[in-house]
Amino acid sequence: MEEKLTLFKNRKRFGIEKNIDIIFKNTALVLSSFVAIILLGIILVVFFQSLESFSRYGLKFLVTSEWNPVKDEYGAFTAIYGTLVTSFLSLLITIPLGVGTAIFITEDFVPKVVREIIGSFVELLAAIPSVVLGLWAIFVMEPFFRAFFVFLHNFFGWIPLFSTEPTGRNSFLAILILVVMLLPIVTSIARDSLNQVPKKLRNAAYGIGASRWKTIFSVILPAALSGIMAGVLLALGRAMGETMAVTMIIGNSNAFSWSLLSPGYTISSMLANQFGEADGSQVSSLFYAAFVLMILSLVVNIFAQWLVKKFSLKY
Amino acid sequence: MNSLYYQKRLSRNIGDKFFTSLSIICALMAILPLIFLVTYILYKGGSQITPELFILEPNPPGDDLDAGGINPALIGTLIITTIASIIAIPVGVGGGIYLAEYSNGGAFSRFIRFGVNVLAGVPSIIAGVFIYALIVSTKILFGSMYSGLAGGMALSILMLPTVIKTTDEGLKLVPNELRYASLGVGASMYTTILKVTLPSAFRSIATGVVLGIARAAGETAPLIFTALFSYYYITGFGDLFYEMGSLAVLIYNFALEPYDAQNKLAWAASFILVLSILSVNICSRILAAFTEKTKRV
Repeated sequence: MEEKLTLFKNRKRFGIEKNIDIIFKNTALVLSSFVAIILLGIILVVFFQSLESFSRYGLKFLVTSEWNPVKDEYGAFTAIYGTLVTSFLSLLITIPLGVGTAIFITEDFVPKVVREIIGSFVELLAAIPSVVLGLWAIFVMEPFFRAFFVFLHNFFGWIPLFSTEPTGRNSFLAILILVVMLLPIVTSIARDSLNQVPKKLRNAAYGIGASRWKTIFSVILPAALSGIMAGVLLALGRAMGETMAVTMIIGNSNAFSWSLLSPGYTISSMLANQFGEADGSQVSSLFYAAFVLMILSLVVNIFAQWLVKKFSLKY
Repeated sequence: MNSLYYQKRLSRNIGDKFFTSLSIICALMAILPLIFLVTYILYKGGSQITPELFILEPNPPGDDLDAGGINPALIGTLIITTIASIIAIPVGVGGGIYLAEYSNGGAFSRFIRFGVNVLAGVPSIIAGVFIYALIVSTKILFGSMYSGLAGGMALSILMLPTVIKTTDEGLKLVPNELRYASLGVGASMYTTILKVTLPSAFRSIATGVVLGIARAAGETAPLIFTALFSYYYITGFGDLFYEMGSLAVLIYNFALEPYDAQNKLAWAASFILVLSILSVNICSRILAAFTEKTKRV
């Protein structure tokens, strides 16, 4: 398109119209660079605000779990551990469920209308605000799972993950509500990548006598894998940064515990809880924690984009 | 002998049956709780709706049985999302125009598109932290700290990537013939964009923007320490510079209260929020499906 447009550039025009054209183009240019400015601004502001805490605690901040505004001792290990554990375990549950659902939607087990309704319903769920999910988690999910947690503790208490008496709000519930939030993301991205696999591949597999699931496992899933992986990574980024629902249900305790049945913390829930009332070096420490969270989600996101670009389907 | 007929006992057929039922179970396990969730929110919230809800202020949590209404939060949500839209839509549409119409796939536009994707992945609470550092703690807005204005700015950061992306993609779908025709009859580039390409991409851009606004209306994390919360009616323009309530923050605050009356208010607010977000989503879906059909004919 570009070379064709150059034809029009050297032609005579009234001065004022030319100027408007130039102004219009440059305004658009400036507006588009706002994205970069905001992104850099966020990184720089959070980084510089965390410098004070960074110079005082250094990398020790990442591995100690003391968080004591009275003694001015800060370490975010509990929150970082909570962020990683809740996001990875929730993905572990979401991936089979989401991909299974996506396969169900893309295969022809049920009529197309039913599948389309299920598909758009799942997508609609992504639109429900997380604070509403948190409310639901507090009043519906928590009572519902109480007995199950007691059972887990009684029978699997020897596993460190279930070693403490279950409390009302705990990390396990946070994982479950994250599953509810991630399911629509993973399902819809997996469905899209499965749909993009050309029909020829399926027909070829059927033609040489492969059964339906042999075809899915050996042909279709491998072909859609990069897209699904990217979706999973995007979901991981979301899970790490997810704030409201997790804050409302995780119990918000900085006491470190391996157990999922005890209250925990994530970086974002710590920010949501403490930022409003913090002062002094606590603010800087919170910015430090925010910086860690930002780096984690940036790395995951950039990796996801790289994956999409590198392995996007070319048929 | 019978190899032309379907054999149930064959291991591959048993395996196929097994995996088919497994995927059906997955789908059921995924969908049933989700259906339950939506109906529960709509039922539980819907049963709390009364006319006074829309008129009264919420009462401060306490032992009194009457929790009041959610008027300030409702108006606050409208104001804050309007502020966010006023900032994000011009910037986003302008940026999208540059990416789709002017850039030629060079390093700059690739960097911006990459930045849009990265910004879309930034956790929403980080946007709040950023605005807190930039505006709330510096009191740069005429000495006011927590304000509806700051909250709107935080939300606009979250809306921006959606708006740019939908503008960019909507404009890219406009056939080049339209541009050639317009330029060919002597229109300048900006006339072409404003009179030809933008109008023909208007519907898809508008759909994306509206969905972005709906998403922003439910965001809580960027508001809890930028706009904070307020129990009082919004009376005039000056209130923009003070703490402002919103439905999302009201749900967060009142869900954690130990009092039943406040919890009910939270359910009512969720009902309004979810119902409006879902109806916007469903409407835009129907509209998109409808336009697709008319285009094909």
